[in-house]
Amino acid sequence: MKRLLWLSVILALGMGLLVGCKQATPAPTEAPQPQVEEKATEAPQEQPTEAPQAKEIVLTIGFTESKTGRLNVSSGRQAKGLRLWIKHINEAGGIKLSDGTVVKFQEASYDDESSKDRVQELYTKLITEDNADFLISPYSSGLTAAAAVIAEQYEKVMITTGAASDSIYKQGYMHVFQIYTPASRYLTGAIDMLKEADPNLKKVAFVYEQAKFSTAVVEAAKAYAEEQGYEVVLFEGYPSDTTDFGPFINKIVESGAEAVLGGGHFQDGSTFARQLYEKQAPVKAVVLLVAPPEPDFAELGEAAFGIIGPSQWEPQVQYTPDAAKELGIDWYGPSNEEFIKAYEAEYNEEPSYHSAGGYAAGIILEYAIKKADSVDPQKVKEALEATDVLTFFGRIKFDTTEEAHGLQIGHEMVYIQWQKDDQGNLVKQVVWPKEGATAELIYPLPR
Amino acid sequence: MDMGFLFASLIDGLLLGFVFGVAAIGLTLIFGVMEVINLAHGPVIALGMFGLYFAVTLLGLHPYAGTLLTAVGGLFLGILIYAIAVHRVIGAPHLSSLLATYSINMMIIGIGTALLTTSPRNIEFSLGSMTLGTATIPVTRIVAALASLLAAVALYLFMQYTRWGKFIRAVTDNRDAAELVGIPSTKVLALSFGLGTMLAAFSGALIATLFPFTILEGGKYELKSFVISVLGGLGNPMGALIGGIIIGLIEGLVPVFLPTTWVLVVEFVLFVLILLIRPTGLFGGRAQ
Amino acid sequence: MKRSLWTLFLPVLVVLAVGLYPLLTQQDVHRETSFTLLRAVALAASLNIILGFTGYVSFGHVVFYGLGGYVAFYLVAEKGWPFWSAVLMGGLAAALLAFLIGAGILRLRGAYFALVTIGVNEAMKAFIYNFQPFGGPVGLTMNFAVYKAYGGPRAVLWMTYHWLFVVTLIVVAVSYWIRVSKFGLGLLSIREDEDAAEVMGVRTSWFKTWAFTLSAFFPGLVGAIFFFRNASIEPHDAFPLHVSIESIVMVMLGGQGTVIGPILGSIGYQWMRVFLLTNRLLKNIQLAVAGGLLLLIVLFIPAGLVGWLRRRFPATRRFLL
Repeated sequence: MKRLLWLSVILALGMGLLVGCKQATPAPTEAPQPQVEEKATEAPQEQPTEAPQAKEIVLTIGFTESKTGRLNVSSGRQAKGLRLWIKHINEAGGIKLSDGTVVKFQEASYDDESSKDRVQELYTKLITEDNADFLISPYSSGLTAAAAVIAEQYEKVMITTGAASDSIYKQGYMHVFQIYTPASRYLTGAIDMLKEADPNLKKVAFVYEQAKFSTAVVEAAKAYAEEQGYEVVLFEGYPSDTTDFGPFINKIVESGAEAVLGGGHFQDGSTFARQLYEKQAPVKAVVLLVAPPEPDFAELGEAAFGIIGPSQWEPQVQYTPDAAKELGIDWYGPSNEEFIKAYEAEYNEEPSYHSAGGYAAGIILEYAIKKADSVDPQKVKEALEATDVLTFFGRIKFDTTEEAHGLQIGHEMVYIQWQKDDQGNLVKQVVWPKEGATAELIYPLPR
Repeated sequence: MDMGFLFASLIDGLLLGFVFGVAAIGLTLIFGVMEVINLAHGPVIALGMFGLYFAVTLLGLHPYAGTLLTAVGGLFLGILIYAIAVHRVIGAPHLSSLLATYSINMMIIGIGTALLTTSPRNIEFSLGSMTLGTATIPVTRIVAALASLLAAVALYLFMQYTRWGKFIRAVTDNRDAAELVGIPSTKVLALSFGLGTMLAAFSGALIATLFPFTILEGGKYELKSFVISVLGGLGNPMGALIGGIIIGLIEGLVPVFLPTTWVLVVEFVLFVLILLIRPTGLFGGRAQ
Repeated sequence: MKRSLWTLFLPVLVVLAVGLYPLLTQQDVHRETSFTLLRAVALAASLNIILGFTGYVSFGHVVFYGLGGYVAFYLVAEKGWPFWSAVLMGGLAAALLAFLIGAGILRLRGAYFALVTIGVNEAMKAFIYNFQPFGGPVGLTMNFAVYKAYGGPRAVLWMTYHWLFVVTLIVVAVSYWIRVSKFGLGLLSIREDEDAAEVMGVRTSWFKTWAFTLSAFFPGLVGAIFFFRNASIEPHDAFPLHVSIESIVMVMLGGQGTVIGPILGSIGYQWMRVFLLTNRLLKNIQLAVAGGLLLLIVLFIPAGLVGWLRRRFPATRRFLL
């Protein structure tokens, strides 16, 4: 009895191992090829591109959106921007390739609930079940870092927007392309701005969300600030789900900081701003990530007044075809006014930089497919690598070195501040860089 | 070190400690009476937050009137939960009552997420700030602490001087004996469970006047309630209030010396150590 | 009653069926489904050793999963260890933690033990959150160059699958061995009446500690495998309390203290989740429906499917264990 038992255990294990080993060998040699076959059988309308006569193919754009959870505000705008692009390109008759093929787009998307837990499962589903051809990232660096793994494992091109953390692009991924200015360049401009506003300002505090994105931002900004002769009197992170900023504000007050830089995403950033106001923290400048450029930030009322934030794009920025000519690069897509008008007509709200980023992700994919003159992922990937183009969103150019493949190196930031117009309403003004400013910086914070 | 900073930090922690204490009293009361760890504690706290949210936004009540209404709602919710999930597992192995209450947790979170989403809400309410030495304290925090203290006192008076309060104490001491002398033990158990969830909902409503929240927000206060209950002795309501104050002071003290994120490490290590060294807590709990 | 060999064959067959299916079809989507299933089976069956056989309700099973994941991830990503040795170290680290804390916390019974396991999990999570070598709050990420040594990222998805398959088979074999061995008999006596067992001369603390250690070793391995393929690890993902509780639910569903119960329980639970998630009507309230089912099981069939079958149809006892 006992011997039989052991025999069967060993047998079972042996069987598992055997099958395991047998299957292990062919796996690595499986290039993306079988996938093309799989596609052809599952979706007959997508025949090989060499077919002679004009025909239409519909590519699936896969992405997740944080419809719920703490990232819902920014993520919702990003998805709206992207959906607007899909609508526009299809209305315009799609992309026409030189062989007469017309490329149109459809979306496949899920709610990721602002949670990393679900992102990988959903992206796997988008690739294996919904047969997504190209991927757009979720919103936020944390979620994108998780999604990028799946994109890379299945060798799918993913354009990231709303995902600024540099580290994502330093993991050896070859299929992930960033639209945003990376985190390491997010707050460096703010330091320059403060320096010009007040040469006597010395003590700064960094209080930031302990997420991939904001950690990367403040680490780079801290190094830059120290280089510029600032004294960093407090450098402390808070967990993403923090709702009580009391302990951090007490520390800011204790440290004697004159300026506070940090924050993370929309929800924690706006709570932080509110409690800084409630506790009347005596600081001269507050620069927060992500939250201030969102139009919803104005709901904080007085607590929003004077708060500064870095932005990837603002309605007031001006990138034009002429500017592209001066730089000697292509101009592509709608003008800034066209985008804003179309967005406001569609959604009845002002676009934020997350909206613009979503739309820009689509524009860049469109541009790359056009340049590649093909929907073959490999060719599109090569076209993306060669991209250097100016759009309403700004200049887009990707790092192609092996160390930081896909990192954005063309795009630049602007800085906004909430000020009051003649009627006393809160309005967003661009205050930095000087050449693009629409108003003077209010400094120090009148509290 | 700056004494002003220490003072401001301790005051902040202390005021919150009272609110945490009330939530923990709810948990520990239930355990004391029926030896059930209520794993639906967190979601009930979150429901308290939303109860207040809807009382303010839909009924247009003043937040503090809404808090009282929410507490009454919590009482009935607790009796309902007792009838559905807890009554049948009284006296069954611990696993049964843990899972039964956890299933209520899943149901509340599941339905709550579907109806309310997990997007943060905020009750727009401010009473300004008060300056006390070096500390600038939003008045809502002071009110929340005072309301918590009042709730604890009210519970104490109820337990000491009312008929039903005495019944609850009798059932806590010895259920069989209480039944022998004619105390309706089922009703007492249901009432105790109701009181426990009432306090949880009440503290949730108070927290909602201070901070933004989602339906998942109760989780972290549930864990805090575990720590506080064990600290004060599981089953000992007044111990829980003191436990809450201690945890509040720890939350004020730790950030003065360490990064604020060490607070949780200190709390949970303390929690494990207390269970290992003195499972009945600092002030004595229900015997194991 | 004579025990049929089916008591071993059945559990092994079920796991083989789940595990071999994607190997035959070679479809990514099947592999992902089976990966999730096997992970659930391995976690539930290993939890069953302490929960089902010994009668200690642990809410901290996932702490071993997370710790194993972190240790292995650190060794591969930061120290360049080969995958197999890192996985083994992940399992050993988890087992060591269980061995060290086991002697202390296993003195507690009932609700107190349940609470302390929650505490251990949360303390570990909070500690790793502040532990810089493991990346602190943002955790660690794997550079994809590491995967080159294993044939690229796609090959890694298959390789980790094979590993998990083998580990799951071993867990099942070990469960069976415990159930029929003298060691298991000691554990069962602790579950039935610990004080009586002590009086009868069972060295209860020795038995309990080893059961706990053994039960912690496997989630350590599974966590190591999972996070290696996941390419990133963060405190929040590594120690989710709800995974512990889900594992308990899976064990309960199938029948605690049996060999095949946790296997059927996890497959049933995962199947139900997928069904609820893909059902248009129930998708939004899937958690609530799952909670309702759990309540019904706790209230009406606390012995789980296998326990109920064995009681209701005594004939099944010959081949269901």
